[in-house]
Amino acid sequence: MLHDMPATIRVLLFARYAELFGADHLDLAGRPGMTVSDVVSSIRQLPGGDGLPSRPLCALNLRQAEGTEPVAAGDEVALLPPLAGG
Amino acid sequence: MGFIVRRALSVETIARAVLGPDRGAVATFAGHVRNHQDGREVLRLEYSAYEPMAEAECRRIVEEASARWPVAVALEHRIGRLEIGDAAVVVAVSGGHRGEAFEACRWVIDEVKRRVPIWKREYYADGTESWVDPTASPLATGALTARAKEAE
Repeated sequence: MLHDMPATIRVLLFARYAELFGADHLDLAGRPGMTVSDVVSSIRQLPGGDGLPSRPLCALNLRQAEGTEPVAAGDEVALLPPLAGG
Repeated sequence: MGFIVRRALSVETIARAVLGPDRGAVATFAGHVRNHQDGREVLRLEYSAYEPMAEAECRRIVEEASARWPVAVALEHRIGRLEIGDAAVVVAVSGGHRGEAFEACRWVIDEVKRRVPIWKREYYADGTESWVDPTASPLATGALTARAKEAE
């Protein structure tokens, strides 16, 4: 039955985005063919998601990622508010 | 190697890490917490990071700089609560000559600001606080527009 279980994708939230959702991460049910943009679209539909820009800066597995990049089970997606280091 | 730290930064210590007998030029950059932002009085800051990615990104920046210039690079960014005057980031670059040291040092700090996932919450004298969004800074848009209008 394992193959029937939807893969969970963990989405990390930081700074202002973590405040929007009141959480530092969210778990999404993965779908075959899902992209980074699809993950963002799903997150924006959750409570608090209307405060998220339509194309936030995203990271996939510790690198900044384009919206078109595919997301697979076990990947780590992160939504990054505007960077303010330095 | 930890690029992201929770203790006070020392320019001297970081500069010493890049010294070498064949590298006579050492350029350093230190970014300190200042007491004003967009005309508001700032009391202190709180930096946070996506630490695994921040470490990976700093490592990539150091590797890329070392590939572009014949230099040695050291870099640390502090996170947590910082007071006015505290060093938040220090870059040290050594090379055979000052040209490559200055150039690589400037490039490294620019890339840190552009790529490393770190966020800054400012606490103001009027009791308010907010996340810093450099892309929405009045210095980048509103204030300049206002100044341009005043000049008209």
